[in-house]
Amino acid sequence: MSVMGNTTPPPLAEPQLSRREWLLSDRPTSRTQAKLGRAYVAWRRFAENRLALIGLIIILALVLVAISADLLAPYSPTIGNLATARLLPPSWEHWLGTDDQGRDILSRLIYGSRLTLYVVVLVAIIAAPIGLLIGTVSGYAGGWVDAVLMRITDIFLAFPKLVLALALVAALGPGIENAVIAIAVTSWPPYARIARAETMQVRNSDYISAVRLMGASPIRIVLRHIMPLCMSSLIVRVTLDMAGIILTAAGLGFLGLGAQPPLPEWGAMIASGRRFILDQWWVAAAPGVAILLVSLGFNLLGDGLRDALDPRSSGQ
Amino acid sequence: MSVVSDTQPAPRRRRARSLVKSLLGFLVVVIVTYLGLLAVTFFIGRVIPIDPVLAVVGDRAPANVVERTRQELGFNEPLTTQFVIYVQKALSGDFGRSVLTTNPVMTDIKRVFPATIELATLGTLIGAILGIPLGVLAAVRRGGWLDQIVRIIGLIGYSVPIFWLGLLALLIFYARLQWVGGPGRIDVVYEYTFTPITGFYLLDSIIQRDWSAFGNIISHLALPSLLLGYFSLAYISRMTRSFMLNELSQEYIVAARAKGLSERRIIWRHALRNAAVPLVTVIALSYAGLLEGSVLTETVFAWPGLGLYITNSLQNADMNAVLGGTIVIGSVFIAINLLSDLLYRLLDPRTRAR
Repeated sequence: MSVMGNTTPPPLAEPQLSRREWLLSDRPTSRTQAKLGRAYVAWRRFAENRLALIGLIIILALVLVAISADLLAPYSPTIGNLATARLLPPSWEHWLGTDDQGRDILSRLIYGSRLTLYVVVLVAIIAAPIGLLIGTVSGYAGGWVDAVLMRITDIFLAFPKLVLALALVAALGPGIENAVIAIAVTSWPPYARIARAETMQVRNSDYISAVRLMGASPIRIVLRHIMPLCMSSLIVRVTLDMAGIILTAAGLGFLGLGAQPPLPEWGAMIASGRRFILDQWWVAAAPGVAILLVSLGFNLLGDGLRDALDPRSSGQ
Repeated sequence: MSVVSDTQPAPRRRRARSLVKSLLGFLVVVIVTYLGLLAVTFFIGRVIPIDPVLAVVGDRAPANVVERTRQELGFNEPLTTQFVIYVQKALSGDFGRSVLTTNPVMTDIKRVFPATIELATLGTLIGAILGIPLGVLAAVRRGGWLDQIVRIIGLIGYSVPIFWLGLLALLIFYARLQWVGGPGRIDVVYEYTFTPITGFYLLDSIIQRDWSAFGNIISHLALPSLLLGYFSLAYISRMTRSFMLNELSQEYIVAARAKGLSERRIIWRHALRNAAVPLVTVIALSYAGLLEGSVLTETVFAWPGLGLYITNSLQNADMNAVLGGTIVIGSVFIAINLLSDLLYRLLDPRTRAR
């Protein structure tokens, strides 16, 4: 190679590339450039989709609100004024009114965003790696390992998720951590299926054979060369599942099995507002709108990501 | 050559053999999946709680009572033996007694399950009857206003918490507008005049020609079944649209157009018929989803079905009832799942091609 380098003429003075041209270059000169270029193309495709951008904005807003809850919330989320502020309608002091404990509903919603994010992130970082591991191992190993693992996956896939999560929480005891465990245990199978399908596609490709010839162990191949390839479709699927996770968590909270009082979990807030729905409807209505908005955000974002990262399955 | 005549009946025989084979495989899948469900509920009921015996006798019982109960409940046996006994009991429909109602759990479930089935069936019917035409029209006029509406229906259906929407619907249509009956299946007034026979109230009132009860039942059913119907519609219309788009881009559609068939015939007779096979699966899955979702809907509407039974038992730490209900819903769910899978394979020759 170095001989070749000596004989080729010194590179022509390259015309000054604009940043866009550098990103879209057909012949990236470094790995970073290639990666950035691909990310840029995906971003452009994503940004064309107005709804997906709205979804992204909703989710970014959720994260920002959760981070800066202490600054944003005008009142305490757990301590209310029972004497003067019970079940007040929306007003200038309390934009969304107050609940039966005299707590400001807006403040509770703001702090509740932390719980929602907590559940979603925890479920994702528990369930996605389990699915990824089972799927890639199953797809790469093949044979009886594949048969056994996929049968287990199919069994879990055929289970009713919500009812099983319910029974699991009933046994473990109510609480937000147990709700997370119950949801995670029931939501990994689709990830395993996806990871397996992706693995099957690449396991016999030339570059995997090359890595194998270089003496890489199966563990290394799966961890370093197959798993990264599964990431994009996995991220899309996880994002699309986020709405379902939020709804399940809120459902468990509504049934009194998720976060316990006085935690401002949105589903539990709806449950406590249920008693006053006839006269003080805002107590139950506001958290529902919050859940709807955030799930909608994740759905829009997931759709957009799918279209941007996986153009094959888009458009339908 | 004689070989030719020999090979003539072979494909049929081969197909029959592969059918038997796939049916046998299917049976194995059913058994394994069902055992898996029982293993999970067994695990939840027996292994997770610190001491299930204390849950039965209470923590102040004397030591000899605890030991005797332990013996009676079979907790001194090895776990595998316990599991075998558990499976035998579950298969014969014995889920133990409910602490709350003191009835055998199975008796309770038989009493409440028709209410759940009635609701889920009606919901799925509404979803399918409205959802399929909507999905077809959305696919035909892709990008048009109807397509946008179907898209919005789908997005909201996938994002809204069902129990919240139910509460709002109760507030608006029952409490404020008084268009429909409230929670429950029937007004208290009818409690003495109306006698359930099958447990499916609509059917019962028709059998007895009790038209005023029939009207009352409808007014109670309207809200929850329309709500479930909406969620079913969101799913079914979205999937129908996607299947139809797939079919409409096939070559046989071009051929049908070239033949000069009317557009209506092409869409409803040719394309929809080909999309119908995966649609069966979608409708079955939506039905299973509604059965499972009953846990939330029935709580909101105080609908005395299996979902409400499970949540009530949960609140009273009645694990036998919770797990019994879980097994029943789980079994139906698994059965629908696997049957729709089998149906798909039987109906669609392409999946048999190998």
